[in-house]
Amino acid sequence: MYQYDKYDQQMVDTRVAEFRDQVERRLAGELTEDQFKPLRLMNGLYLQLHAYMLRVAIPYGTLNSKQMRMLGHIARKYDRDYGHFTTRQNIQYNWIKLEDAPDILADLASVEMHAIQTSGNCIRNISSDQYAGAAADEIADPRPWAEILRQWSSFHPEFSYLPRKFKIAVIASDEDRAAMRLHDIGIQLVHKDGELGAKFFVGGGMGRTPMIGPEIRDFVPADELISYAEACLRVYNRYGRRDNKYKARIKILVHELGKEEYTRQVEEEFAHMKTLGLNPPVEELARISEYFVDPPFDPDTRDDLDLSDPDFNLWVDQNTVEHKQSGYAIAVISLKPQGGIPGDASSAQIDLMADLAEQYSFDELRVTHSQNIVLPHVKKSDLYALWQKLDEAGLAPANLDLITDSIACPGLDYCSLANARSIPLAQKISERFADLGRQRELGELKLKISGCINACGHHHAGHIGILGVDRKGTENYQLLLGGSAAEDTSLAKITGPGFSEDGVIDAIETVTNVYLEERQEDERFIDTYRRVGMERFKEAIYG
Amino acid sequence: MKILTGNDLKTGDVTWWTGSDWSRHVEDAVDVGENFEAILREEEAARRVNVPYAIEAEMTDDGPRPAHIKDRVRALGPTVRPDLTLKPADPEAGNWVI
Repeated sequence: MYQYDKYDQQMVDTRVAEFRDQVERRLAGELTEDQFKPLRLMNGLYLQLHAYMLRVAIPYGTLNSKQMRMLGHIARKYDRDYGHFTTRQNIQYNWIKLEDAPDILADLASVEMHAIQTSGNCIRNISSDQYAGAAADEIADPRPWAEILRQWSSFHPEFSYLPRKFKIAVIASDEDRAAMRLHDIGIQLVHKDGELGAKFFVGGGMGRTPMIGPEIRDFVPADELISYAEACLRVYNRYGRRDNKYKARIKILVHELGKEEYTRQVEEEFAHMKTLGLNPPVEELARISEYFVDPPFDPDTRDDLDLSDPDFNLWVDQNTVEHKQSGYAIAVISLKPQGGIPGDASSAQIDLMADLAEQYSFDELRVTHSQNIVLPHVKKSDLYALWQKLDEAGLAPANLDLITDSIACPGLDYCSLANARSIPLAQKISERFADLGRQRELGELKLKISGCINACGHHHAGHIGILGVDRKGTENYQLLLGGSAAEDTSLAKITGPGFSEDGVIDAIETVTNVYLEERQEDERFIDTYRRVGMERFKEAIYG
Repeated sequence: MKILTGNDLKTGDVTWWTGSDWSRHVEDAVDVGENFEAILREEEAARRVNVPYAIEAEMTDDGPRPAHIKDRVRALGPTVRPDLTLKPADPEAGNWVI
């Protein structure tokens, strides 16, 4: 894992001191809320429905045990004993006191963390593949590139006041586990003629105008990646709309200019950028990459497993993923217990996951955009002991990628932007489909729930998506089908008129029944939907 | 009726204007009619509450009930965590929101 150098630490410490002063001035009445609001937002401090909410950045979803314990400490000391892992690989605390915020940021800084650029019209936390450095199918480790992008984008003076917020994802395999093409910039590391480089996809996103980012370049040499990203941002910063926040994202610019014209301008800017010598020095790339070398894997550890315990067998089958190193597995801890709140973890659970990472996973954890936690490097011979400890703590639902492994935004229970509650739907669906055998019969089924059109719950990308709306003061839910955030990226379509809370759950059950009737051989839900089409499902839902 | 709400400056807690002070409990809220602008200005200046504003509500046997579900969620707390609401001992409290 990357470790701060003196410049990183100094920047973060300086920001903490600056914000402490700003909070004192606000509490003393020297700053009005209008003056203070942009300052607190620059430090990830929102004012939500019930209290201040702090969003903490987890760079590309990677953290170590010490950092994870600090997240638990903050939940216990400053919040109400839990945290909420988000759909952008971050964590949010819902009950923060303004006067505590500087101390929290100081605690975070002590473990090389912060909440900078988790709000505002700037480049947000870089996201990546949660299996980076462990996945059997990656061509390179995307984390060094995510880290270089993090350093480039942190406090970038030119990109502090973009037309709108900006999200970048980096992956390094053909399988997309990071919703890459639904980001403002999606970067896929690729090889071409033996050289490492990157494909660039620009102008993707969800929200009120969902779009899949088109590929604008099939290969940028790795050592020019930052310059190319800078060129993409410069064109956006220059021409992105600032007159209408709903048309200010880069996806609108790319759409309105057209991919060809946007690309032409980026290439022109890129040619100029190359004359400026802004690419990171080769030595710096090498220095950062050294932080991400493989941990000392045991080459002699056994590759077989005793699966005689049926519950353990189910968990291994569902929640572990092939590792690049023989004898190891990637273990996914589901934060989706039956009837639970997706992404929530108590301080005790956070502490336990930190302990287990230290004991079994070379001190590493990852947060997924699906609101789960990953232990990336677990010896297969340790899996049974790990599973037993997770199970005791309620952290072993064997439901990864099944219908109850739903994504849900905080919704109207917490969020001031929401129109409807999301979490109760996720809870009730997990109750309705509680039978694990039934879930496994349905197979991979990505269910994603948003409480408003801003789409923090990624409903556009759900095999089944739900969008909560306000219909004359009453919660109403639109049902969507056919989305995917994976390499076969697609946008879901609305089935028709919306439903009540109970009605949409019934409709989902109907949809799954249609799938079971129509599927052929090993088709996933999304495959059957694409083959059969929307009408078959609509007929069943609406009659 | 119109009632005033905001968030406590220091804690962020949801608060309601009682006519002379701010309360955590919406039951304590008073009807301010249409003459609330001066109260908002004074209270903003007093730095007790953050961005206070007026909302519509109706008077019920249990006291003022905000007209919009968002304000009812604010008044009670998250419906998915009854233990964190202002009425943790009342399992039916969430029904008031809906």
